[in-house]
Amino acid sequence: METREKKSKKEEIKTNVTVSGAEAVVKCLLAEGVDILYGYPGGAIMPVYDELYKYKDKLNHVLTRHEQGATHSAQGYARATGKVGVAMATSGPGATNLITGIADAQIDSTPMVCITGQVASHLLGSDAFQETDIVGISTPVTKWNYQITKASEIPEIFAKAFYIARSGRPGPVLIDITKDAQFEQFEFSYEKCTSVRSYKAIPELNIEAVKEAANLINEAKKPFVIWGQGIVLGEAEEEFKEFIEKAGIPSASTLLGLSALPTKHPLHVGMVGMHGNYGPNKLTNECDVLIAVGMRFDDRVTGDLSRYAKQAKVVHFEIDPAEIDKNVKANVAVLGNAKETLKTILPFVKENMHKEWLQEFRDYDATEFDKVIKKDLYPTKEGLTMGEVIKEINKASQGDAIVVTDVGQHQMVACRYAEFNQTKSNITSGGLGTMGFALPAAIGAKMGAPEREVVAVIGDGGYQMTIQELGTILQTKAAVKIVVLNNEFLGMVRQWQQLFFDKRYASTEMTNPDFVAIAKGYHLKANRVTKREELENVVQEMMQSEEAYFLEVCVEKEDNVFPMIATGSSVSEVRLS
Amino acid sequence: MSTKNTYTVSIYTENNVGLLNRISAIFQRRHMNIESINSSKSEIKNVSRITILVKITEDQMKKIIGQIEKQVEVIKAFYHSEEETIYQESCLFKLNSDLLIENDEIQMIINQSKSRVININKDFFVLEKSGSKEEVEELYQILKKHGIMQFVRSGRIAITKEEMKISKMLD
Repeated sequence: METREKKSKKEEIKTNVTVSGAEAVVKCLLAEGVDILYGYPGGAIMPVYDELYKYKDKLNHVLTRHEQGATHSAQGYARATGKVGVAMATSGPGATNLITGIADAQIDSTPMVCITGQVASHLLGSDAFQETDIVGISTPVTKWNYQITKASEIPEIFAKAFYIARSGRPGPVLIDITKDAQFEQFEFSYEKCTSVRSYKAIPELNIEAVKEAANLINEAKKPFVIWGQGIVLGEAEEEFKEFIEKAGIPSASTLLGLSALPTKHPLHVGMVGMHGNYGPNKLTNECDVLIAVGMRFDDRVTGDLSRYAKQAKVVHFEIDPAEIDKNVKANVAVLGNAKETLKTILPFVKENMHKEWLQEFRDYDATEFDKVIKKDLYPTKEGLTMGEVIKEINKASQGDAIVVTDVGQHQMVACRYAEFNQTKSNITSGGLGTMGFALPAAIGAKMGAPEREVVAVIGDGGYQMTIQELGTILQTKAAVKIVVLNNEFLGMVRQWQQLFFDKRYASTEMTNPDFVAIAKGYHLKANRVTKREELENVVQEMMQSEEAYFLEVCVEKEDNVFPMIATGSSVSEVRLS
Repeated sequence: MSTKNTYTVSIYTENNVGLLNRISAIFQRRHMNIESINSSKSEIKNVSRITILVKITEDQMKKIIGQIEKQVEVIKAFYHSEEETIYQESCLFKLNSDLLIENDEIQMIINQSKSRVININKDFFVLEKSGSKEEVEELYQILKKHGIMQFVRSGRIAITKEEMKISKMLD
């Protein structure tokens, strides 16, 4: 497979042949090593689909059931593989339906190329059928976008698009192609893009900053590392592990950084943020040097900024210069790709251990276990908890599964309790908080990493936002395991209503359909668990299934997720109840 | 927190469709008003120069420069205070030609304000004035009394005292 791909890639670059713009699009995708794309056809993109039909042996097009699903699948694929995800849609509504996924990819730095058809260039601006200004609409949520009106632009723009999407801080790129450009014939040749003169993918490494950072780290009595998705995107997992092990620094993850370091690593002290762990949140305000690696101090991480790590010197390892001093002022900024910067700092970092300091985290862990975790994972009350479902998934997967989550209570619970042995195993919508993300993202993840088990954990609310993607699973036989944690509420909003709006449950109660019947309607194996004693066996059965499996777990209706840092509170005010 | 200042933002960019939209969106997203905006060619071939005038805090300004420079097609962005730039605005007045004949004052105003007549016919004449925003405003107030048929003012254009090493970046 690989050799065939390589051979065909060479051919694409060598041969100068006269082709249509539409065929050129497919040739460009092949030249970029794309083997799968997600999309939905329509009038303005039909010439490209006609070529996809001809090239179907080389390029697998997955028909999703909605264009939003196509973007989330492309995102899931990108997050599971590290490669660029590709989504395609027609003009007008097809294009606008991509926007949520594009915005999600932008805020979570996911490499993605979206291709949209556009009305013929002579019709631009005439309010033609299915015409929207998708370049205008997508501008604030793309890393780059471009409208192609001449076929001859296609190779250069596609090469540039893939380069921009995957390099530096990755992100989504949209290419809009007018229908006449798809029909136009031209002489095709392809050259990969390796630089854009106005764009610096990776800032220059400043060795003085590295040394300064090393000095601060070496002198610290209570150093604390918070890492983010930059480790995963930069494929710096090994360098990161070596760094924290040598310096002996307790390290916590952001939501998106999870799985970059195995959950059971002795220096892994949990997750920071609104529903993160007690210790890392509390001790953020007690460390003397805070080392942020590939993270951006999101407000869900920091809580009240004016009371965030004020006592600490801050070292910020970051690829995007615009993130430096954006939310938290850095005493030392080390710009660059995490893989490079961590490799460079390693020889300057002294071997160290911070046993007593690490013990402080463990002491907080014990408190959190008593007050929160015990109830979540080993409940004594009758109703099922979300936590015990995750615990059973851990048991069945041994921590080897990719866990894809949606947005809300189940997401926080899953990210708190899921065990990860390997990187690129946590796929969730972090920055944008897109309900409906998980089901299509899981499809993309499974196709990107077919050898791995992919479990989508979804709430009953978010599930119904993209439930139609069950049709994609039916058609492609993508063997994803779907777990819906059904509390018949929009749980996270309900939790806020309970805590901050005197239990006025405005529009958060859900009257739900028979989810099992719906899954069965799509010819999927499906099951429902309502009792604790059934849970373990059914989860085992699901995980052992060779094909897709839907599991609904009816959980306690009004459970809350703790710990919690209320909006406007400081990280040290993290509450346990 | 900190006080708002007037900053002149100079942005060197590739000359591409849609880029101005991308840059103005950075301000719009943060609910910031652009006082004036001007886009033109620069001293470097195929490189545009966008000049934006904003009133914001320096902290906001620094963050915005970061966001502007992050755009793929932006080569470099700078911000400067009033003291660091030499700047001009330009404006045009359309006035009734009768004023030239019937009103002695007009000739004096033209001379004193260092503006010039760039077009004249039997119905109207066009007066051009370049200068600081205050000078333009002053002339506007004087001419208002005599009836302005049309008025238009350009965005600020500014040259920095400091050297900008853009050509070097493009090598």
